[in-house]
Amino acid sequence: MTPQDFIQIILYIAILLGLTPILGTYMDKVFTGKQHVMRPVFGWLERLTYRFVGVDPLEETNWKSYTFSLLMFNFIGFVFVFLIQRFQTYLPLNPANLPNVSWHSALNTSISFVTNTNWQGYAGETTMSYFIQMIGLTVQNFVSAATGIAVILAVIRGISRKSTDKIGNFWTDLTRSTLYVLLPLSILFAIVLAGQGVVQNFKSYETVQTLQGVRQVIPMGPAASQIAIKQLGTNGGGFFNANSAHPFENPTPFSNFLQMLAIFLIPASLTYMYGKMVGSARHGWAIFSTMLILFLAGLSISLYAEYSANPVFGHLPLMEGKETRFGIANSVLFSTITTDASCGAVNAMHDSLSPLSGMVAIINMMLGEIIFGGVGAGLYGMVVFIILTVFIAGLMVGRTPEYLGKKIGAFEVQMAIIANLATSFAILVFTAWASVSSYGLVSLNNAGPHGFSEILYAYTSAAGNNGSAFAGLNANTLFYNLTLGFVMLIGRFGVIIPVLAIAGSMAGKNITPVSSGTFRTDNWLFIGLLIGVVLIVGGLTYFPALSLGPVAEHLLMNSGISF
Amino acid sequence: MSTKPNTSLFNKKILLQASKDSVIKLNPVILIKNPVIFIVAVGSFLTTIIVFMGMMQGNFSSFNFQIAIWLWFTVLFANFAEAIAEGRGKAQAESLRNNRTQTKARKMMGKQEVSIFATELKKGDIVVCETGDVIPSDGEVIEGIASVDESAITGESAPVIRESGGDRSAVTGGTKVISDKILICISTEPGNTFIDRMIALVEGAKRQKTPNEIALSILLSGLSIIFLLAVATLPAFFEYSLIASGLPLSQNLTIPVLIALLVCLIPTTIGGLLSAIGISGMDRLIQRNVIATSGRAIEAAGDVDVLLLDKTGTITLGNRMATDFIPAEGVTVEELANAAQISSLSDETPEGRSIVILAKEKFGIRGREVHQLNAAFIPFTAQSRMSGVDLKAEDGALHKIRKGSSEAIRSFVQNNNGFYPQKIHEVVVELARLGATPLVVAEDKKVLGVVHLKDIVKGGIKQRFAELRKMGIKTIMITGDNALTAAAIAAEAGVDDFMAEATPEDKLRRIREEQAKGHLVGMIGDGTNDAPALAQADIGIAMNTGTQAAREAGNMVDLDSNPTKLIEVVEVGKQLLMTRGALTTFSIANDVAKYFAIIPAIALSLYAGKSGIGPLSALNVMNLGSPQSAILSAVIFNAIIIILLVPLALKGVRYRPVSANAALSRNLLIFGLGGFIAPFAGIKLIDMIINFW
Repeated sequence: MTPQDFIQIILYIAILLGLTPILGTYMDKVFTGKQHVMRPVFGWLERLTYRFVGVDPLEETNWKSYTFSLLMFNFIGFVFVFLIQRFQTYLPLNPANLPNVSWHSALNTSISFVTNTNWQGYAGETTMSYFIQMIGLTVQNFVSAATGIAVILAVIRGISRKSTDKIGNFWTDLTRSTLYVLLPLSILFAIVLAGQGVVQNFKSYETVQTLQGVRQVIPMGPAASQIAIKQLGTNGGGFFNANSAHPFENPTPFSNFLQMLAIFLIPASLTYMYGKMVGSARHGWAIFSTMLILFLAGLSISLYAEYSANPVFGHLPLMEGKETRFGIANSVLFSTITTDASCGAVNAMHDSLSPLSGMVAIINMMLGEIIFGGVGAGLYGMVVFIILTVFIAGLMVGRTPEYLGKKIGAFEVQMAIIANLATSFAILVFTAWASVSSYGLVSLNNAGPHGFSEILYAYTSAAGNNGSAFAGLNANTLFYNLTLGFVMLIGRFGVIIPVLAIAGSMAGKNITPVSSGTFRTDNWLFIGLLIGVVLIVGGLTYFPALSLGPVAEHLLMNSGISF
Repeated sequence: MSTKPNTSLFNKKILLQASKDSVIKLNPVILIKNPVIFIVAVGSFLTTIIVFMGMMQGNFSSFNFQIAIWLWFTVLFANFAEAIAEGRGKAQAESLRNNRTQTKARKMMGKQEVSIFATELKKGDIVVCETGDVIPSDGEVIEGIASVDESAITGESAPVIRESGGDRSAVTGGTKVISDKILICISTEPGNTFIDRMIALVEGAKRQKTPNEIALSILLSGLSIIFLLAVATLPAFFEYSLIASGLPLSQNLTIPVLIALLVCLIPTTIGGLLSAIGISGMDRLIQRNVIATSGRAIEAAGDVDVLLLDKTGTITLGNRMATDFIPAEGVTVEELANAAQISSLSDETPEGRSIVILAKEKFGIRGREVHQLNAAFIPFTAQSRMSGVDLKAEDGALHKIRKGSSEAIRSFVQNNNGFYPQKIHEVVVELARLGATPLVVAEDKKVLGVVHLKDIVKGGIKQRFAELRKMGIKTIMITGDNALTAAAIAAEAGVDDFMAEATPEDKLRRIREEQAKGHLVGMIGDGTNDAPALAQADIGIAMNTGTQAAREAGNMVDLDSNPTKLIEVVEVGKQLLMTRGALTTFSIANDVAKYFAIIPAIALSLYAGKSGIGPLSALNVMNLGSPQSAILSAVIFNAIIIILLVPLALKGVRYRPVSANAALSRNLLIFGLGGFIAPFAGIKLIDMIINFW
């Protein structure tokens, strides 16, 4: 690694650290109803939205109604995105005359974008018209991220309120997240990206004569606007198939840096907002630190593996699958960030990562996308782990466990376990199915443990609502479209529903005041414990699978066998 | 409670019974209550069937057989842990009952007096109690008048008068007659007293799982399901890997190996010890002579963060001590001390003794024998409300020295044609205002002065409260004294807060206030008027000597009627929760090593090529002898660790009054890090033994 690489990583963390309290403070203002800078700008739109949808923004509901609203909203979004794909040819803004999307691919894609996964079994430029990209996919990019924020807001209310069953109004949370957080940031970011050279037009695809004399079709489109929210909303669904490795999506080192920053920006700031809103800023920073440590650990292993790489090639750094424009450090940094946050945008082909880097990517996703994680989703996933940590270790202080003054009882534990179980079930069962069935194996392009890693990666990515892929696997088949679609649903709502149930249950409880007998959740001991529980409870389940995939591959590679 | 039961871990009788019970507990109906161990039992059963089927087909697998044996042992060990905890509980209850039977009662059979056990008393029996007797059971005074020490009930050190007729006729079992003689008609049936019912509850009743235990069970079951998924999907991953390695599918994992892996991964250690921890928590209370009506109460005790403590008996010694002599005008302090000492020489009450001690310390007045002084001791009676001596001087005159309450002495000197000085009256009023008890001393018609009897804060109590504060527990002193006195004592004892001139309604209101703020409140009480507060408190400990109403309202009863118990109860509760957390952490941390034992063992041949040793053997960091010995070692370790931890489960982890953070760091180091490292060493050791064989 060069000094520049180190400087860049340090710079990245420093800027993230600096922006976290700024955006966090702003979001706290937005969601606690205080005066803030965007209210004069979009306030009219907020009021108009409520009037249009027919919602009383002040009316709060219990967790069941909140969940019902959330599910209904997502279901309607799903149906809409599914239908416009099936009737693409009859809709405007289709200059390349792309045909209707197959039903199972459309089903997969709808689920994928509604669940903030943005797994793409298709190639954007050859499948989706501008209309679908903008009205279908980009809209879901916004609202699926806003849904994540809404869930964490409900959790915050569950913790900070007492003896009530009201955890907020889903429609208000959704509208405010979209209008005041996602939209302004996206507009700002899209303009900067366009300035860097990301395309933003409605032109037909251009056919050009290359220097070699070959005719090449260059796809166009309104990319910048979608790329902005793709990163900010940790969606990751590329406008083009090559995603952020495409020069029109990610043209310069600066745009690359900004995109990486955009991925972590909101999830990191949410930890600060969380701390502020639950009344313990230090707890917010403890969560941030936990995430940062896990991020740096993964990054270090990945960088080490990429730089010391393959003995078959004389331990030279691996450039296969990477953009020469970005180089190794930026590719590895990107791959770690995108799998930590459930973004899934890529600027290098993860399939070509060294086995250990690939494993880091898989583990990042397996842990439940809680290292900063998806917008909202990362934090509420972390809350599930915190509840487990507090429950297991909290007993050791000689009190029945409590989290921020809320007693953790049987119901909370049950829900936390269900949330955990949902992801494990989705990853393990479907990977097992695919790895022994002919329709699963037929999509493989690689043999040996690497082939297994590809299947494992696909289901892990879907369950974690990440959406990135070990591209060696041809996932646009009936089997993969359906099973991955199902896994995305489990990975999303199998966590959201129990988390909202926890929020509802906690809202009804009284708050135990803090004393020196309280299990502290804002010091280094807690951070260490949380990391331990995340790794042991979240990771140990996958030890056998990882052994048979990336670990075996790594060990084989060291003895000179590659796949 | 004189004799302690033998509940040592190596008590043969308990061990034998526990061994028997652990087999009886193999009954699936009992096993299913513990899901983790139930999974192990099902696994053992399946493995056994596979071993038998193998035998039928003529290929007996000694490996499978050994796995089956150790799996059964895992179940038996878990059962044994529970059985031994139950056995000790029964032994405790038995001894409680025995001790109770030892209290004697003097029953009246017509004119005759018969000595019988207190437990044999029937409702309607008449018993007689004289000075020094313990009243054997609840009843009513039907004849006579006596002063009774009910300090344990009322918290007041001054004896109370109990007489036949009127509303001062009820006496409580366990209180002590200090003077005079009364006849009591017993009002409760034998074997149906409150304590009797409580013992039966501890011993016989089905133990209900406590809320935290239920939550923990859910966690353990959930983890078991997650690991079940991990193990159940493994054959599919293996099938892929076998095909990729060009190996026959017949080499896929066998069911006994999968079961072995599953049993090693699911939290069997805490699963097996969970109920033992709960039962032994109750036992530890009983060892302190406290009976809890439910395990729930013990758990809540760990959570209590506000303690309401009665001043008398808890913070101060129940009895007041002489701290000063205040002479009347024209009397020297030595004269007063001398008279006070003489009047107290034969007075065996703590107050009397404290006067003798003070006189000796302050003025070097040595103890004398009463009969050497030609004196006759006049004991305290309920009627006279004073005590003293009649001293025959050398000139033959009779000097009457008396000490007692100001009213009693006033009438005494006035009867002797003396007068009661205004100065003395003022001193008495002032002392009373400060919460002290003034004791006036007089000789014949002359008032000599006042002895200052003061509340003495118990030694070490200040430190105790400091410890409680460290643990995050707030202490509130409750007293009937006025605010001034209360503040003085509160400051001296180092409590966080106090309630002066507290009425029962005040207590109840205070508890509700604290609860509304999210606190869990513990209190100890006795009188009928405490009942509402005891019922409202999260932990209400009733004293055994307390009224029936108080005992019914609380959720624990302290057989010793010692108010300091509340603090110990909190400690037992905390210790119980800590033990649970520690063993859960230990159990989960164990899994890492087990993976490193089993995964390289089962994946040895994958991607091996010609060498036969695959790449995953690199994970065999413990360098275990063979794949079979590795799996066996993990299973054996998993079984044996349960037995090894039984003493810890029964005794509880060491408890220290430190802050939550300090306790966590310590436990985490021992049980987290220890739980991570121990199995690496243990499995390696067992593997070496197996391979040495």
